[in-house]
Amino acid sequence: MIEGISIYEILALTSILFFIGVYGFITRKNLISILISVELILNASVVNFVVINKYLYPDMLQGVYFSLFIIAVAAAETALAVSIIINLYRQISSVEVKDTETMKY
Amino acid sequence: MERYIFYILALIMIVSAIASVSSRKMLRSVIYLLFALVGVAGIFFLIDYNFLAAVELTVYAGGIIVLMIFSVLLVHHIEMKLEVAKISKRILTAIACAIGAGLFITTIYSYDFKVESIATTTTTAEIGTGLLSYEAGGFILPFEVISVLLLAAMIGAIIIAKGRKLETNNDDIT
Repeated sequence: MIEGISIYEILALTSILFFIGVYGFITRKNLISILISVELILNASVVNFVVINKYLYPDMLQGVYFSLFIIAVAAAETALAVSIIINLYRQISSVEVKDTETMKY
Repeated sequence: MERYIFYILALIMIVSAIASVSSRKMLRSVIYLLFALVGVAGIFFLIDYNFLAAVELTVYAGGIIVLMIFSVLLVHHIEMKLEVAKISKRILTAIACAIGAGLFITTIYSYDFKVESIATTTTTAEIGTGLLSYEAGGFILPFEVISVLLLAAMIGAIIIAKGRKLETNNDDIT
């Protein structure tokens, strides 16, 4: 644990990061920017898992394992999303959300 | 000392996260995300999980950011300005997010966490043993499932990014 820093301050920091991600997710109009916001949200949750593990149950490691799995799933998700975006750009020459109609049906 | 390092890291993370969701140039917004991720890795170093910090730096800062920069360069001109939402929508969303964050923070501060104050250092060997143990509390099954998932994601990404070309090749052969 960090000297002089309580768990409340770290949890407040991660909730602020989470809501910055939510703000970006709603206001951005571009697929890559939406992906960036999702990464922010995932990172906030990873820090939450690790911090709660370290402060409340320091002799266990479950939070570390869960954050490892979250990071792995996030990597897989990003690879798939980037490939979908590139394929979409080839077909409709745009990555804006409003032009993306071919995946709807 | 560690206290000040934490505050500096928190400031860097929040400022770069806000810049990353509000910057109008896409490459810059990816680079700001890189700063936020490095801040997360710094917090992992501070709470003494060196292995997680290394994973965060290699997978996120090394892999995902490079992948995103590739996709930005493939689909955009670097200096192209992004289209942003209407100002009224942005203000409304910002107010809603501020209310949500305030709610979260008041809830967190009103809850009484039972903090244990034993300082233990976790070695990488312990993490590896727990991941590969098949006794009660071991994580070998999700570990194997995640490896299959990564393989499937890799093959799927190759197939999807290849697009139509695969089908036409098959048509040529048959």
